[in-house]
Amino acid sequence: MMPDLGPYAGPVIWAYVASIGLILVLVLASWRRAVRIRRALQQAEGQNRG
Amino acid sequence: MSIWEYANPKKFVETTTPLLPWTFGLAGLCLVGGLIWGFFFTPDDYRQGATVKIIYLHVPSALMAINAWLMMLVASLIWLVRRHHVSALAARAAAPVGVTMTLVALVTGAIWGQPMWGTWWAWDPRLTSFLILFLFYLGYMALWEAIADPDTAADLTSVLCIVGSVFALLSRYAVNFWNQGLHQGASLSLDAEKNVADIFYYPLLACIAGFVLLFLALVLLRTRTEIRVRRIRALELRARRAEART
Repeated sequence: MMPDLGPYAGPVIWAYVASIGLILVLVLASWRRAVRIRRALQQAEGQNRG
Repeated sequence: MSIWEYANPKKFVETTTPLLPWTFGLAGLCLVGGLIWGFFFTPDDYRQGATVKIIYLHVPSALMAINAWLMMLVASLIWLVRRHHVSALAARAAAPVGVTMTLVALVTGAIWGQPMWGTWWAWDPRLTSFLILFLFYLGYMALWEAIADPDTAADLTSVLCIVGSVFALLSRYAVNFWNQGLHQGASLSLDAEKNVADIFYYPLLACIAGFVLLFLALVLLRTRTEIRVRRIRALELRARRAEART
């Protein structure tokens, strides 16, 4: 299934690993911050009502 | 119904809630599909060999790096002219996405350049303007963090964004008017002879669609987060004022 990348296997694999890694870090960091802030807002609104 | 209705933070959050899962889902579908198609089911190029597969990451990320800054420019101008907070927050939200896209383009370009040009880096007009764009992104994000008053921060970052647009446009058009660089001409063109071959073109289009949708999804998600951060600050301020009165 893996294509024959010949002498360029190293650069091609590294380009994919680095790019997908960077994008995943960005998505996960954005998602985690969104969840954390949403909870903090719910808490702040709860305190404000109370 | 006017587009400016979405400048209302509450309306923006309500409208984007059902859109978010669809945008993320479509982005994932296009990205995974496009990258699998390009990596596994396209042949090697007769000159570049297997390194041509890097095009599916490099071209869409470079495209988004420039267009993210242009989106930030439009949002900044809206803030400066109409003082809509959501537009300033959208510009702020787009910066980390843009800087990541710029980094992906720089890294994949360097990895591709080493075997093809014999060097990781050259002070070529396009590469240099792209590096400056990357530094502008870092400066833009640092400026937002450095200023406590959000409106002043939005004003100053908007001005920085306008200045940085010169480099965003330069990195887009440098290959067209500077011929002394190493970087080849644009891979995508309306001229069929200059455009990449169809076998590479269609998976590349799928990857570009994936990157555009991912950018959109992340900017929506991050703008909603910035709106909520503002709301928390407002509630904290209100609570402090109430305490001071009692």
